[in-house]
Amino acid sequence: MSDETATLDVSSDSDATEVDRVVIRMAGDSGDGMQLAGTRFTDASAVFGNDLATLPSFPAEIRAPAGTLPGVSSFQIQIAHDDILTAGDDPDCLVAMNPAALKKHLPDLRKGGTVILNEEAFVERNLSKAGYEANPLEDDTLTGFKVIKVPMESLTKEAVKDTGVSGRDVLRSKNFFALGLLSWLFNRPTDPTIEWVNEKFAKKSEVAAANIAALEAGYTFGFATEATKSTIIVKPAPLEAGTYTNVNGNTALAWGLIAAAQQASIPLFYGTYPITPASDILHELSRHKNFGVRTFQAEDEIAAVGSTIGAAFGGALAVTGSSGPGIALKSEAISLAMMAELPMIVVNVQRAGPSTGMPTKPEQTDLLFSLFGRHGESPLPVVAAASPSDAFDTAIEAARIALKYMTPVILLSDNQVANGTEPWRLPDLNDLPDLKVSFANKPNGPDQKFLPYMRDIDTFARPWAIPGTPGLEHRLGGLEKDSISGNVSYDPNNHQLMTDTRAWKVDNIANDISPVEVEGDEDSRILVIGWGSTHGPITAAARNLRKQGEKVATTHLRHLHPFPANLGEVLDRFEKVLVPEMNSGQLRYVLRAEFLSNAVGLDKIAGEPFKVSEIEERIMELISE
Amino acid sequence: MTTPTYTRADFQTDQEVRWCPGCGDYTILASVQGFMADLGVKREEIVFISGIGCSSRFPYYMNTYGMHTIHGRAPAIASGLSSSRPDLSVWVITGDGDALSIGGNHLIHALRRNMNIKILLFNNQIYGLTKGQYSPTSEIGKRTKSTPMGSIDYPFNPVSLALGAEATFVGRTLDMDRNHTQSLLKAAHEHQGSALIEIYQNCNVFNDKAFIALTGKGEREHNRINLEAGEPIIFGADDEKAVVLRDGQCHIVDRAAVDASEILVHDPERQDPTIAFSLSRLSHNPDGPTPLGIIRKVQRPTYESVMSAQLVEAQSDRGPGDLSALLASHGTWTVD
Repeated sequence: MSDETATLDVSSDSDATEVDRVVIRMAGDSGDGMQLAGTRFTDASAVFGNDLATLPSFPAEIRAPAGTLPGVSSFQIQIAHDDILTAGDDPDCLVAMNPAALKKHLPDLRKGGTVILNEEAFVERNLSKAGYEANPLEDDTLTGFKVIKVPMESLTKEAVKDTGVSGRDVLRSKNFFALGLLSWLFNRPTDPTIEWVNEKFAKKSEVAAANIAALEAGYTFGFATEATKSTIIVKPAPLEAGTYTNVNGNTALAWGLIAAAQQASIPLFYGTYPITPASDILHELSRHKNFGVRTFQAEDEIAAVGSTIGAAFGGALAVTGSSGPGIALKSEAISLAMMAELPMIVVNVQRAGPSTGMPTKPEQTDLLFSLFGRHGESPLPVVAAASPSDAFDTAIEAARIALKYMTPVILLSDNQVANGTEPWRLPDLNDLPDLKVSFANKPNGPDQKFLPYMRDIDTFARPWAIPGTPGLEHRLGGLEKDSISGNVSYDPNNHQLMTDTRAWKVDNIANDISPVEVEGDEDSRILVIGWGSTHGPITAAARNLRKQGEKVATTHLRHLHPFPANLGEVLDRFEKVLVPEMNSGQLRYVLRAEFLSNAVGLDKIAGEPFKVSEIEERIMELISE
Repeated sequence: MTTPTYTRADFQTDQEVRWCPGCGDYTILASVQGFMADLGVKREEIVFISGIGCSSRFPYYMNTYGMHTIHGRAPAIASGLSSSRPDLSVWVITGDGDALSIGGNHLIHALRRNMNIKILLFNNQIYGLTKGQYSPTSEIGKRTKSTPMGSIDYPFNPVSLALGAEATFVGRTLDMDRNHTQSLLKAAHEHQGSALIEIYQNCNVFNDKAFIALTGKGEREHNRINLEAGEPIIFGADDEKAVVLRDGQCHIVDRAAVDASEILVHDPERQDPTIAFSLSRLSHNPDGPTPLGIIRKVQRPTYESVMSAQLVEAQSDRGPGDLSALLASHGTWTVD
């Protein structure tokens, strides 16, 4: 993708309607290439200068049975002329590549919205697979929508016939046809896509040619057909000046880890086991060995965290990553790292659970597990990323806490952060925090002894002495340690002291993190508080209500343990506290327990993010009470 | 900086050694400490990592870097350390329960990867620290606290298991034979890659005399098959027994009954593990003739060396990592 601006002259189209925002959803069989088409549309929109947010949704099965409802994969994008925070609620435009996609997604389409259909897929066999008794193209199913029927398959075949692709490859390009049509309809530039295709398929020139031919055919179909004569313009958004890229949360998190290791001047080690939706962090990190990044694909989740503990002992910025079921397997080892007081990061890209649950769907149900899911008294710092780009900063913050306080840190992401994308104004690298670590290099006790549990007076961190350092040979382990010498101790008073000390060390971090800041109306009766990926819908809901004259305040927590020092005082300032969460009220539970807050909740455990409207409605309920 | 001259005392810690009086672990500790003094590796570059169990207390008694970790996971933790710090000499101390039961998965994967870690498996054929349950190497029918009518589990042969796990170095020794133990430790250290040494270790409290066939006077002379590279495999009080290969399998025969040329010459460096495996099957439990020594020793690149080489290759291909270029690598656009 180039960073040159779009050449498409949208103003010349007299039939174009200008709108501030549009929500588009592309849906098809999981083999139809909807994610790819969506990503290309996203990049073109980013180059065009819109603000945007995306939400992919795909089945856990790589290829669920073709044509069935479980096999439907979709990609939603909101493009906007103003600052937006979510991929939007109900789509304005739906592309349905087959009957199953239509059946699954039509209920979400806004009344009066546009539906683009691959009409040749609406044949008996596909209709019955999707559970349609009658052809929805022929009854009143689509009444009230603007319907654009396209013979996408024959047009794609025709378009690619001279490119050299044959057999099954011919119809593979139909996602590019759909993309071309959308590009016309929404006045998107096609140059970035053509460039991307040429680069991506450089070694398969016939595939590149077919995709470009299909893209152009779709675009041509748009302006040549009466049905789509009127197009839609979403002008560029007035984004803050700077250089932008479009990033998803897994990538931003991986980059944040690389940045943190650089800032700390120690090598990055990532020990992990493949699991949805965390695997892309491994994929990304494994591509950057030139940064000195070592990735270790372990034999299981326990080995993954074990290898991370070993690397931490050796002086690396040691990170393990997984999702809920894998984190459960790591629990015992995390307590060892906590006991040994080694710095490391445990990334949990949360997915819908329990057990295998819905691996490709987002949820925030591991908060209490992160806070309490270990045996013994094992308090650990917990931080959470609020958006795809925020994962970069949160990874750096997790590393800062781990290295400064010699403790494992749990970093929560979720499927929505991980796979959603948003434009990200690239940070000035000079603004990144200095995380330089100083390994212990000389004895710290009498008689030239090294005392591995002699703590820093401010942070209560113990010294990090790595193998290879002469004179500091010492033994760590899971057995309780004497508070200074680190020798095994069963002394009752020592165990009390060590338990208290480990807890205090973590609690004290509250004084070293940014206080919570209230956004919006300080004189509001209601504070909406969230954490993680609910940031987008909560903030968008509050903005919408403020535009309607309501007073709403919001705040969002990056630090879930310890909480920022001023949180209790902030909660007390508001008559009502609302906690929207994609769980059964886990943060609410903690706020009520810790601050005796009267917080109420809005819980959603549906494997999909909040709609902005759902949060607006709940806020209005509370306002009108 | 040259390596200081050490004595065994330099590797002792101020911690009181807490194994039962008479435990075989004392002898192994003395063997290892003595061997370390002559190793020529700086003390600070040596790390001992253990799991859970009697043997896993070992690191507390070694004046090196060390970590007493959690049950079964020592090979995984050692793998993370060794792959990120290939400059270190990393040793794993484990037992039959730790390595073969709860930690079986980590053991086989460390071996197949040829991780440059040296695994000392103290096999006493019993759970000692939990006071006497049968282990994955206990013989069938063994009566213990958890098997009052006798164990019904078929046991592992750790050497066979390691060979099946693609181990590049596999050896077996006895706790009380310090010279033999130290010669294997030395060979394991010199080997580039993973090494598994099974050490028959007597638990005089819960499983006394488990290895009496190899240690008892009047028995050991008959049962120890001492493997020496390049030597024909003969054993017995009067060297009256020999091992021959027939139909691709090792057999014990009367030496007098075969021609000398028929006796198998031990070659641990044979790439194909078939004969090594067959050797390991001469005894499933050490209650009769049992091979001791280096059973297999072959060359394969270590995990660490290949991992490091990839880092070097990536840097020479693409230059050292440039963070600002990375952040811009998905394409950028500028808003004025």
